[in-house]
Amino acid sequence: MNRFSLTAAALITIGATMNPAAAQRIAIEGATIHTLGDAGTLEQGTLLIRDGKIAALGPKLSVPGDVKTIAGKDKVVTPGLFDALSALGVEEVELVAGTVDNELESSHLGAAFDVTGAINPRSTLIPINRIEGVTRAMVAPTSPSAWLSTPPGSLFAGQGSVISLAPVSDFVIKPRAALFVTLGKHGADFTGGSRAGTLGELREALEDTRAWDALPAGQKQTANPGYAIRRPAREVLLKAMSGELPVVARVHRASDIGAALALADEFGLRLIIAGGAEAWIIADALAKARVPVILNPVDNLPENFEQLGARPDSAAILHAAGVLIAIADDGESHQARNIRQLAGNAVAHGLPWDAALASVTVNPARIYGLGNGRDGLMPGQGADAVVWSGDPLEVTTMAETVIINGAVQSMTSRQTLLRDRYLDKDGDWPAAYSHPSSP
Amino acid sequence: MSPRSLFLALTALMLTACGPSTDSTEPAREPFASTYQPLPSKTTLIRNATVLTGTGERIDNGAVLLEDGRIAKVGRDLSAPRGARVIDAEGRWVTPGIIDAHSHLGVYPSPEVAALSDGNEITGNNTAGVWAEHGVWPQDPGFDTALAGGVTSMLILPGSANLFGGRGVTLKNVPSTTYQGMKFPGAPHALKMACGENPKRVYGPGRQTPYTRMGNVFGYRSAWIEAETYRDKWDRWLAKGDEADPADQPQRDLKLETLAAVLRGDILVHNHCYRGDEMATMLDVAREFGYKVTAFHHAVEAYKIADLLGENEVCAAMWADWWGFKMEAFDGIRENIAMVDAAKNGCAIVHSDDPHGIQRLNQEAAKAMAAGNRAGMEIRPEHAIRWVTANPAKSMGILDQTGTLEAGKMADVVIWSGNPFSVYSLADQVFIDGALLYDRDDPERQPMRDFKLGILEVNS
Repeated sequence: MNRFSLTAAALITIGATMNPAAAQRIAIEGATIHTLGDAGTLEQGTLLIRDGKIAALGPKLSVPGDVKTIAGKDKVVTPGLFDALSALGVEEVELVAGTVDNELESSHLGAAFDVTGAINPRSTLIPINRIEGVTRAMVAPTSPSAWLSTPPGSLFAGQGSVISLAPVSDFVIKPRAALFVTLGKHGADFTGGSRAGTLGELREALEDTRAWDALPAGQKQTANPGYAIRRPAREVLLKAMSGELPVVARVHRASDIGAALALADEFGLRLIIAGGAEAWIIADALAKARVPVILNPVDNLPENFEQLGARPDSAAILHAAGVLIAIADDGESHQARNIRQLAGNAVAHGLPWDAALASVTVNPARIYGLGNGRDGLMPGQGADAVVWSGDPLEVTTMAETVIINGAVQSMTSRQTLLRDRYLDKDGDWPAAYSHPSSP
Repeated sequence: MSPRSLFLALTALMLTACGPSTDSTEPAREPFASTYQPLPSKTTLIRNATVLTGTGERIDNGAVLLEDGRIAKVGRDLSAPRGARVIDAEGRWVTPGIIDAHSHLGVYPSPEVAALSDGNEITGNNTAGVWAEHGVWPQDPGFDTALAGGVTSMLILPGSANLFGGRGVTLKNVPSTTYQGMKFPGAPHALKMACGENPKRVYGPGRQTPYTRMGNVFGYRSAWIEAETYRDKWDRWLAKGDEADPADQPQRDLKLETLAAVLRGDILVHNHCYRGDEMATMLDVAREFGYKVTAFHHAVEAYKIADLLGENEVCAAMWADWWGFKMEAFDGIRENIAMVDAAKNGCAIVHSDDPHGIQRLNQEAAKAMAAGNRAGMEIRPEHAIRWVTANPAKSMGILDQTGTLEAGKMADVVIWSGNPFSVYSLADQVFIDGALLYDRDDPERQPMRDFKLGILEVNS
């Protein structure tokens, strides 16, 4: 294909995405479909999508004539990938000031910091990850990194929102879906250098909130002085203590996870562990408390003194103990697309394949409480699906078709355009003349 | 006198003048000589394997014979010598040991604490006189996990904060209490240079040069001019031979000694450089001063100048898909490696720069291969394996000794549980110089660095 026909193809696919999702009727025929829902896995199944939702799926479906069909022979269909810990839309280039909005170097807002308003659905990261099958993500705030010196900030990183990677309007699926707190060594950076200081400040904030909530309604708006955290943050913690808002604790060391479990139990927090390099050590306690863990299974090195127990089969151990797991690489949003490779590595180290696929698709949705815990490819559900060239956890497999809210997505990104303009340099003109026109 | 023999004469003289001489069979320029000795091995025949030789060949139902620490034979129907260990590798794959041309194991070890962070002497824009090997902590547990990923040799480089970061060292991935015990015998030294953002980000804010990329190039050229003068001064003195007056012997300067050795062709230049235009600038700098860039590292935009790299016979060591973490990485694409490889004389290397990535260089090569194939190339595993074996060996100057499965080379070999271009395949056995250093099925044949010892086992 020469440069100009590639460009033309890119234009056509860009145009296709601009059609309203509702108008699309799609049938993927004859594929292996891992629904991760009630229907389990279908061999040579057909998936019918209409009006943005899954209309039907089954082994033998009759497909109406006015439907765009996608040949599924030798293809594998799964729900879209869901990055459980990302900064998609709030980070362009980590080292370029002014392009990063997921860290607040101030303790003013604390738990009331809501990242939603900063999310840019036109970020370059979004198509680059979308064309590789990422359809949803938690946009998670983080406490500022204490890389060289301790910055201003808070153990309360703020609230994160779940987004869809298309379209650019109405992309927020669930705003303020979780509160993120930073414990362990990193959390101690904001509380005087001791883990116990972090736990103490967290406890003080929760107790203050509880005391404030016990005030007569009339006094709540005015009686502010003397509390450890400001009123908007107290309102957020109130939701956390009612169990309405899950609390994601970034923490690695087994003893620190144990302390978080105790605090969650005492204050009625719905706890989620993120990181969890040593979570496997107390897997039974996590399972008993029904606390999910979001982890990166390839973190197998003793990177610091709170990850001495890191091992490559953590995911398998946690899953076997009955812990609900999601697999993500916290802070690597540019590479959200690689969560399936991480899941594949977990399989190589003992995690059952189905559990690994669930950990990067439906489990994050369950963990963040989307759709009453029902997720996966099921009739009536919103249609996010990916057609893969083969096993989606395999490194040589490619996403071939990505469907979000029932709409087939363009497979063009800034990276594919860069590739195409340099792949064919036969022409006399500089690469700069090869580009699609702006919409 | 050729530049090389002149240099040897020079260093021999310097050693005579400055301290006790080393054994005359040792390379004279090695004050910190390798003490590496291969571990005990026995004659081993691996048979019924899919063999990727690293020379571009694939042998189905192939066999590899390891004898006296060397590859003895590679072929189909090899018979086992008497007493040999025979490994039936049916369903499994055999490749040369994986080689990483860009690692910071030992100098940025786990745990990542400041007390062990010895990878970058960030005290001046030119620290060509420091050597990465003096920062290597041989107890880094990352060496063990890299071995489990099939890595048998690696180039340990200093960091990239400086225009000239210092010398890199090539190690064999063997456990040892000293780095000298890991040092690849006879491997050439490397010089780490860095382009772009890092030097100016580190020095610019303190109003030190470089503040800009202009300052970068000013810094390289100024240093090379100084190095030329230094080299010429020594050359003049050495040219006097027996008539040279010891009192006139030039003063040694470790920084300029490194740079002069580059100009003489004895140290290989490994140049951290992301942008295509900057790589072109560095090729011009190299031409101006008559040295060669052996490899550009990271080279996120190598695909934009793939032909130029091929014409200059420069390798590019790259990640499969990293991009966007800094401005000069914003144009990264998945096809970078395949596009560099496709150019005439292209020399593509998949590197890690990372203690996690080094454990899965096979997977990174697989991703790069798949991206190239999607773009219409026809890259097969027997070719792509060269990106993590022969090509890095070439860039490190050790291809004559390792990097492929050819008779006479070091028996650095990996038996994989399956196709190494699959996420599910793991290294089953890893041989270095014929010795079985790692066996996935035998915990007693899995090294554990001191740091990992006695923490969880005694506290459960």
